Amino acid sequence: MNTVRRWEGLIFVLLVGVCVWASLGVDGFANGSNVSFLLLDTTEIALMALTMTLVIVAAEIDLSVASTLGLSCAVLGWLWNAGLPIEMIMPICLLVGALCGAVNGLLVTRLGLPSLAVTIGTFALFRGLAYVILGDQAVADLPPAYTGLATASIGPVPVATVLVAALAVVAAVVLHATGVGRAVFALGSNEEAAYFAGVRVKRIKFWLFVASGVMASLASLVYTFRYASARADNGMGLELAVVAAVLLGGVSIFGGRGTLPGVLMAVLLLGVVRNALILADVANEVLNFVTGLLLVASVLAPNLGAVWRRRTTPSVEGKSAS
Amino acid sequence: MDQTPVLSLSQVSKAFGAVRAVREVSLDLHPGEVHALAGENGAGKSTIVKILSGVHRPDSGRILLDGEPVEFAGPADAQQAGVAVIYQEPTLFPDLSVMENIFMGRQPRSRFGIDRRAMRAAAAELFTRLGVRLDPDQPARGLSIADQQLVEIAKALSRQARVLIMDEPTAALSGNEVARLFGVATTLREQGCALLFISHRLEEMFELCTRVTTLRDGAYVATDLIADITPDDLVRRMVGRELDALFPKQETDAGEVALKVGRLTREGVFTDVSFEVRRGEIVALAGLVGAGRSEVARAIFGIDRWDAGSVEVAGRRLRPASPTAAMAAGLALVPEDRRQQGLVMDLSIERNIGLAGLAAVRRGPLVSRAAERKRAADWAVRLRLKYARLADPVNVLSGGNQQKVVLAKWLARGPSVLIVDEPTRGIDVGTKAEVHRLLSELAASGVAVLMISSELPEVLGMADRVLVMHEGRLVAELSRAEATEESVMAAATGRRAA
Repeated sequence: MNTVRRWEGLIFVLLVGVCVWASLGVDGFANGSNVSFLLLDTTEIALMALTMTLVIVAAEIDLSVASTLGLSCAVLGWLWNAGLPIEMIMPICLLVGALCGAVNGLLVTRLGLPSLAVTIGTFALFRGLAYVILGDQAVADLPPAYTGLATASIGPVPVATVLVAALAVVAAVVLHATGVGRAVFALGSNEEAAYFAGVRVKRIKFWLFVASGVMASLASLVYTFRYASARADNGMGLELAVVAAVLLGGVSIFGGRGTLPGVLMAVLLLGVVRNALILADVANEVLNFVTGLLLVASVLAPNLGAVWRRRTTPSVEGKSAS
Repeated sequence: MDQTPVLSLSQVSKAFGAVRAVREVSLDLHPGEVHALAGENGAGKSTIVKILSGVHRPDSGRILLDGEPVEFAGPADAQQAGVAVIYQEPTLFPDLSVMENIFMGRQPRSRFGIDRRAMRAAAAELFTRLGVRLDPDQPARGLSIADQQLVEIAKALSRQARVLIMDEPTAALSGNEVARLFGVATTLREQGCALLFISHRLEEMFELCTRVTTLRDGAYVATDLIADITPDDLVRRMVGRELDALFPKQETDAGEVALKVGRLTREGVFTDVSFEVRRGEIVALAGLVGAGRSEVARAIFGIDRWDAGSVEVAGRRLRPASPTAAMAAGLALVPEDRRQQGLVMDLSIERNIGLAGLAAVRRGPLVSRAAERKRAADWAVRLRLKYARLADPVNVLSGGNQQKVVLAKWLARGPSVLIVDEPTRGIDVGTKAEVHRLLSELAASGVAVLMISSELPEVLGMADRVLVMHEGRLVAELSRAEATEESVMAAATGRRAA
């Protein structure tokens, strides 16, 4: 627990540090429209990271989220072309997401397959299905009421960010203050002991995958309206950004450890770094390099930290954070 | 027997950390004898096998080969010296043929590579020597365990083994297969091999062996000629310990039946197990390791499925394979493996205690941290848990205190039936006494306690009744008056209790 909190502190300090540096040194960073663009740009990753946090704390992983997003986009575009009202299409998309999650959940819990293998399979399957449904066309004539809402702001805060914040509170409460959350930590750390204590391991895991699928299709709605374009290749590659944010946020890839606030800060940190570097005219390749560096650091740092602590007195830790 | 033993141990000791696995054990193996090694679980038999086969090196004492001191730096040295071990479950290369397994690494060669014809002939000759029929060209995959053991024995013979150690070879064999193995063993003995035979079945030792060396708690007890002793003598040598006053079981009046197990069967694991535990009773489930005791407990609690039979708690039949249903009915299980099954080692003391009772620490949909902490703190006091903070992970606690956390987790639920599997394994003597006192108090307060234990003094000191399992079956039920170390061990080793 302590190491997790310390890690969160480090991410927070980094986040503040990068913001201060960008405000002072990068033209165009510290103004309302950029901040609101920055927040809006992290919406989909943030949404999917919420449920991914629960999934990874439970010692599983869902690599099919971005493909679920794509499939949901394709279904939306297809049904819109077929003339269905958007108010009917949106629940159908959420249902598609739930079904995708249920497929993952059933394969993992009923057949006992590792989620890494299962979701690499459905990663290809769902994306392939998206192309089957929509081909390579882009459906762009979406209702302005919704595309407008997806980019609207209340002051500098985008409406989509309000949605993220509300769901983040729900996810944080579930993970940190309910019996299900307690059970998720326990089974992620030692599934056998959790089962011996009466935790319904399979049921919980199944519903975590369903929640992950629903969240991916919710992200697909935001994505489609935000770009006013439903395409089968929407959100390609986002799953890695999601997993990256979750791990950088201090969630253990082995399960059983992590906090939701940590993940949210990591989502923001990655978004701010990316935004600031783009504004500073840094090439795209360098962007990827920096993101990668942060990730490797997040995996290495806890171990390096342990070595550092062994060599020095505990009082050094405050300094090593900056 | 005045000839020089082919292999002997002289005053050999070996410790693992603070645990003294064997102390000053001596053992002579003569050519042409089948020597039995007897002892309870944990008496040190496996350690002796590992020293003889070069896996472990003794801390003190000597190994003598043909009367000369030798040192085995590793299993290869022992093999070189002619020592071979046949394990309960051999590990052959499944895709190679029988003869290729026998001659692995030492294949006969011709000018063009491996001489399969010579290899086949040599394998056939070995089987003739053993008096068994096996096809040298058959792949090892699909061979019965008995046949695999024969392949191992042939392999040992092909290496000119003079000492053959058989470590519980009969545990997985049928009656006919045992008879055939004994035939092979007799043949080998007549050809001048020395055999060391380990088995939990007394009648096998008396049928096959000429001498028996008994170990108890890692120490040498005696070596006897089989002809000179009775099975009862041997059991007494294996257990002969004084009971100490560690066990404060109070006399209680047994109430109504709390747990009723009827003809419970899990195929290949346990068969037709029926018993009852009443309120206020402590019933011990005794037997050797592998007799199926923990498996019965796991099935009752719903961890594993059962194939036939029923479990009733307070007269209501339990849904199979559901720990949640078992818990709702008032069952609690303190499992055998504390670190893997009993606790989530990375989680805090309070969260571990709360894990089995999440419904009880809820206020509305949320977990109340205050209630969670209070539940943990109350039980920490009642069980005299030694800890710094309740938020500390349980892996910083000692084994005894960890066990108290497991007990607290279950007792906080107020169970009507408590199953404890090896409740005092690996914990210090002081905590052991506390656990015994606690179990006794629980029974006095009307809880039905089913205790699995491999420690006979614990079984005899604590239990109102003793059930004994042998190879997946319940073979004896002994009252407190009938239960003695001898009667329990006799039943556990497969001799029906008188």
